[in-house]
Amino acid sequence: MAVFGGQRHRYDNPSLPPGQFLTDSFPVLSAGPTPSIAADDWEFTIRTETGKTRRWNWAQFMALPSEDITVDIHCVTSWSKLGTGWRGVSLDTLFDGVETGFEFVMAHSYGGYTTNLPLEEVLAGRAWIAHEYDGKKLAPEHGGPARLLIPHLYFWKSAKWVRGLVMQDKNAPGFWERNGYNLHGDPWREERYA
Amino acid sequence: MTRTAMGWFTGSLVNAHPLTESARSITFAVPGWTGNAAGQHVDVRLTAPDGYQAVRSYSIASVGAGEEIELAIDRLPDGEVSPFLVDDLELGDRVELRGPLGGWFVWRPDQCKPVQLVAGGSGVVPLLAMMRAHTDSGSLAPMRLLYSIRTPDDAFFRDELLRHSSTSPTTWHYSRAVPPGWSRAAGRLTAEDLRVETLPPEQVPLIYICGPTGFVEAVSSGLVELGHSAENIRTERFGGN
Ligand SMILES: Cc1cc2nc3c(=O)[nH]c(=O)nc-3n(C[C@H](O)[C@H](O)[C@H](O)COP(=O)(O)OP(=O)(O)OC[C@H]3O[C@@H](n4cnc5c(N)ncnc54)[C@H](O)[C@@H]3O)c2cc1C
Repeated sequence: MAVFGGQRHRYDNPSLPPGQFLTDSFPVLSAGPTPSIAADDWEFTIRTETGKTRRWNWAQFMALPSEDITVDIHCVTSWSKLGTGWRGVSLDTLFDGVETGFEFVMAHSYGGYTTNLPLEEVLAGRAWIAHEYDGKKLAPEHGGPARLLIPHLYFWKSAKWVRGLVMQDKNAPGFWERNGYNLHGDPWREERYA
Repeated sequence: MTRTAMGWFTGSLVNAHPLTESARSITFAVPGWTGNAAGQHVDVRLTAPDGYQAVRSYSIASVGAGEEIELAIDRLPDGEVSPFLVDDLELGDRVELRGPLGGWFVWRPDQCKPVQLVAGGSGVVPLLAMMRAHTDSGSLAPMRLLYSIRTPDDAFFRDELLRHSSTSPTTWHYSRAVPPGWSRAAGRLTAEDLRVETLPPEQVPLIYICGPTGFVEAVSSGLVELGHSAENIRTERFGGN
């Protein structure tokens, strides 16, 4: 019988959710080609149930206060990366003054990707629109010019190439959530698959 | 119960044979497995004697119902899991498997659009499953594969791909060394190669691209530039650069 030795990270790391392993690289996972979006053509919107839409173009978005964020990220395909460094705008800033009675959000991306989120979980300092990774402009394959960053959920929730958030009444599933993945995606509860 | 609360099955190795110098086909008998669609993958979990576990994803080469699944693994020299699966795992050994996973990078026999498959290296595995499903179902949808490998010795499943050639032909591309008498020089797939060797945008094929991340990035953006709509392109990135 062959005995698996395992070579890496053979210690219990309290930062590692169940079933995750550490990686130093940054794997790319997307459902299709990487879209190329020039910052000049980029726009971000938040739309509520009344149809009211707030818009930011790149210059307006970059004029908002950005913060440095250091967080652990966890991908559903089992890799985790600890202490990753980002810079971005808090969703609290973007939602400031937005009035809605709906409790759920659908994030939409350039390229057609969608993912669903509970509003409560993207406020109170838990989610950002990130535009820098590791001190550099966010590369297109990692979601540039800007992506959602929601580190407390599996990383498919951190939609790349994000272009807007639409409030929704029910927790309707997004793209991966309709294709076999969990509606919520908490790595600490191993909410991987439907 | 072979399926635990987390959805893990136990599979025992019932068949193994080398595919190339660095790769091997491994087939597991998995009691309780209820089959998979072409293109889906499994998570494989290995446990060391001290309880340490490692999990990696692998595409399923086999399709359909039945309690056996075939995987095809390429050894990454510094890898943690792949060298064990290629070199060490013996007949009768057990691993844990979770799946089938993924509902997007999938081809189903009721699809009738033309299909262009593009594989780099081990990326051929889920695409071979699609060709197997295509042949098994007698599908009339046009299907073809562009398979890019480093050298002629790196082909996975060469004989089987040739057997599928009347229903789903393969175009071979070599990036480092070509077979004797080959009319083209070795090199990376260029935009011109893609234009000549894949179905044109006018046929509106559904395109499945699989392989190392850099390969998938290059091919998918090349095909978008040739005029294919991003909506018709599905990708699976295996990792690396
Ligand atoms: C959905 C999916 C399906 C997959 N299907 C298959 C399959 O059918 N057959 C198969 O052989 N592999 C497949 N892979 C890749 C597989 O999951 C592992 O990443 C691979 O076997 C390496 O694991 P490892 O433990 O040996 O190496 P690790 O110890 O994880 O990595 C070693 C080093 O190699 C790099 N690396 C990781 N993956 C690759 C790669 N693909 N190419 C180059 N460098 C890499 C890592 O960044 C790291 O630096 C699939 C991946 C995904 C996401």
